[in-house]
Amino acid sequence: MKPRPFDYLRPRSVDEAIEALAEHGDKARVLAGGQSLVAMLNFRLLAPQALIDIGGLEELDDIRRADGRLEIGAAVTQNRLLAEPGLARELPLLAAALPFVGHFQTRNRGTVCGSVAHADPSAEIPLVLAMLEGEVVLRSARGTRNAAADEFQRGMLATSRAPDELIVAVTLPLRTSKRVAFREVARRQGDFAIVAVAAMVEEECVRIGVGGIADRPAVRRIAARGESDIAQALDALALELGGYDDLHASARMRRDLLRRIGPIVVREALACAA
Amino acid sequence: MRRVKSDERAQIRLTLNGRAVLGLAEPRMLLSDFLREVLGATGTHVGCEHGVCGCCTVLIDGIACRSCLVFAVQAEGRSVATVESLAATDGTLNRLQRAFREHHALQCGFCTPGILMSFTDYLGRNQAPSEAQLRDVLSGHLCRCTGYDGIMRAVIDAAGPKSEDP
Repeated sequence: MKPRPFDYLRPRSVDEAIEALAEHGDKARVLAGGQSLVAMLNFRLLAPQALIDIGGLEELDDIRRADGRLEIGAAVTQNRLLAEPGLARELPLLAAALPFVGHFQTRNRGTVCGSVAHADPSAEIPLVLAMLEGEVVLRSARGTRNAAADEFQRGMLATSRAPDELIVAVTLPLRTSKRVAFREVARRQGDFAIVAVAAMVEEECVRIGVGGIADRPAVRRIAARGESDIAQALDALALELGGYDDLHASARMRRDLLRRIGPIVVREALACAA
Repeated sequence: MRRVKSDERAQIRLTLNGRAVLGLAEPRMLLSDFLREVLGATGTHVGCEHGVCGCCTVLIDGIACRSCLVFAVQAEGRSVATVESLAATDGTLNRLQRAFREHHALQCGFCTPGILMSFTDYLGRNQAPSEAQLRDVLSGHLCRCTGYDGIMRAVIDAAGPKSEDP
């Protein structure tokens, strides 16, 4: 299929992009890497009047460390972040999850912030953002605000971004536990995860993040006492999240996958050196 | 700000395989269609049109990506390389192409241009990759007839030491 017609706007600066968003509002879509958006346009699942292309904006193509946080600009691609020196040491959970994002070819163009904006419930980057208590930096003509990951992602493909707001960056705290693990189950390498599970060992407890069961990433803390306690907590979490049926998997299969891979991921995180 | 109206056919200038080219395209024209239908570079194949099969993979500024997930207007001013850039002008195949022929890495050949372009990028950036890494890159492509064993043999060969080259 081919997309419906749209006006194409390529601002030369963030200010121009914000002006264009203020003018077009919810009639426009922001285009960065386009690895989810263009596929949806091709299927005509979306038919915006205008696309605002921020992919080439140099001021957004930056990875910075400031105030103990890693800030990833809205034009930074997933592969660029994956190649960032020191990432595996500083943010091992992010480094572990990024190779599961799409394929080499889509990570070459797909952006970190675009994945957050798209808000797929099984996507890896929103899960890591929720796990690590990341923030989304949104700018509009009205000003700049930071939204915590869990208040940003509201549901399946739904976020708290206002129509005139541009995601300019996401930020992640650099001081996090390094005892982490990540696994997902997909039909084929690079496919969307059916279920993704992240674990991070904290004092006295393990933080668990689950993608692909609820309509957004779910993060909970469970006591890390013994295998049976952990299994029980994961079972309760599976029942709480419920899950959804689609052509890839039933809700029941999603819950069962959490019960099966959850304990493995927790064990792997506990096995990491402190 | 660059603005192109939805029904306007904009002049798109880019470099295709080292040559400056110019064509007209509406904003909604995909780069894959622009290459094939406007510029006549039909070596780039179109399979699924939603970023899954990898047949349309080209290099934009040296980076492999799916040309069905890029609009022609986004490639304005960029350097695009397609499978037509690989062999020498006299038709002599390059090392990667020769490896594909030697290891029976293609049968119908529909998926081949995309796979060649992915590995042109990957092998150019990664010295001595592991088999697992090569497999990961290949996972971004679908082949429906040859199977992946021959393709893996070819890319492992092409990624190896160049001692056999004349």
